[in-house]
Amino acid sequence: MKIPEGYYYSKDHEWVKVENNLAWIGITDYAQDSLGDVVYVELPEPDSEFHAGEAFGVVESVKAASDLYTPVSGKVLDVNGELPDNPEKINEDPYGSWMVVVEMSNKYELNDLLSSEEYQRLCAEEG
Amino acid sequence: MEHLLKTPLYSIYKNYGAKVVDFAGWALPIQFEGIIPEHHAVREAAGLFDVSHMGEIEVTGADSLIFLEHLVTNSIGKLQNGQIQYAILSNETGGIKDDVLLYRFSEQHFWVIVNAANRRKDFEWMLKHSKGYHVEVRDISDQVAQIALQGPKAEEILKAAAGDNAGKIRFFRFVESVKVNGIPCLISRTGYTGEDGFELYLKPDDAVPLWKSLLKTGIELGLKPCGLGCRDTLRFEACLPLYGQELSEEITPLEAGLGWVVKLDKPDFIGKQALAAQREKGIPRKLVGFELQERGIARSGYEIQKDGNQVGYVTTGYLSPTLGKSIGMALISSECSQPGEIIDIIIRRRAVKATIVETPFYSKKYKK
Repeated sequence: MKIPEGYYYSKDHEWVKVENNLAWIGITDYAQDSLGDVVYVELPEPDSEFHAGEAFGVVESVKAASDLYTPVSGKVLDVNGELPDNPEKINEDPYGSWMVVVEMSNKYELNDLLSSEEYQRLCAEEG
Repeated sequence: MEHLLKTPLYSIYKNYGAKVVDFAGWALPIQFEGIIPEHHAVREAAGLFDVSHMGEIEVTGADSLIFLEHLVTNSIGKLQNGQIQYAILSNETGGIKDDVLLYRFSEQHFWVIVNAANRRKDFEWMLKHSKGYHVEVRDISDQVAQIALQGPKAEEILKAAAGDNAGKIRFFRFVESVKVNGIPCLISRTGYTGEDGFELYLKPDDAVPLWKSLLKTGIELGLKPCGLGCRDTLRFEACLPLYGQELSEEITPLEAGLGWVVKLDKPDFIGKQALAAQREKGIPRKLVGFELQERGIARSGYEIQKDGNQVGYVTTGYLSPTLGKSIGMALISSECSQPGEIIDIIIRRRAVKATIVETPFYSKKYKK
């Protein structure tokens, strides 16, 4: 299970990569592995605004649909347009498959997220 | 997982990388390598499934035949020894108690293969209705393991493991005491994937050795261990109904497109009056297939609308691994059930257009 350093992690198994006030968001290796083969992704329109904890999109495996939650509040600046046509990329390269870039409205929300070490512990507990 | 029921194969799932889930109170593998590769293996080569959770209820005694005739909508009078029939156990209102397979050993001896989730309910129902008949009804599920070998290479693999005669078993027939890699099995040419294939019934203690030896026999022909995930996508493409989705106590076999197993000219069976009345009055809703016209996946339970009014709901939907299309089955008001009809499927509060299409999505490849 890959849990690289330098990322923030949410309890819902999203990762956040931060540069200044921009946050790239995707799902973790653990999440893609639990989902199984991803066959469909639905992402928001650019300029949509979300609060931390809100669903911004959906990722679907063969079996089931799962909401994608943004761990930080802000405005969507860009979405990864490659993913809807190639959803399998999420399985192949979860940390390369960013879904949205959010302009964060409250950087302090990052303090609520987990470090790679803390996230590792969470995954171990969930089994 | 500790509190769940386990099949005799549970201990070796992990050797094949299984993801185990709770299915109707059983700890069963949803997948090994992955739903999609396993699905393709069954369509193109062969797959091995642990289906030991299925229930087996044995009926013996002088009145076995007439007792079962009373319980099912289908007519079983013509069934021969060694032959199998698909049948519906109906309730008094014509709803479906379960869909089952009847195995006839003799006029005084049958097996009823029931869904795992309905095992207790079916057994109690059969016991209750057995009063007055000279029959004994026994739930023998714990003494029987079941392994399904499915796919176009199933016959070749079975022949290699059990001899050429085993490959000659005809569709919906069974043979007892066949040695498969030395292990005695009852073999039937049946399955739940839309492919040719066999189901093997055996003693629980023999399940692990049979599983391992069959995988060894079949590996060069592409045989893969398969989980319940692809069992569902496979049966769905072939439009084989699943209890709890396409079938329930509130759905009649006429609505579910199973009119071919409802014999209203039979003297008597539970639910006959209700079913005869429904056929007379007209069937209010029907099970249909649809194809999405836009992106998305219609999941079980999603609402279906026509001109803003609810007309039905999705029973099963997938992005079909074989066809690459987003398709589904739905129980829908008969007025909008014609192929070509356009409907709206409500996916996350958005109306997505779909067209009613002919079924099955995938034509069954049975060897008859």
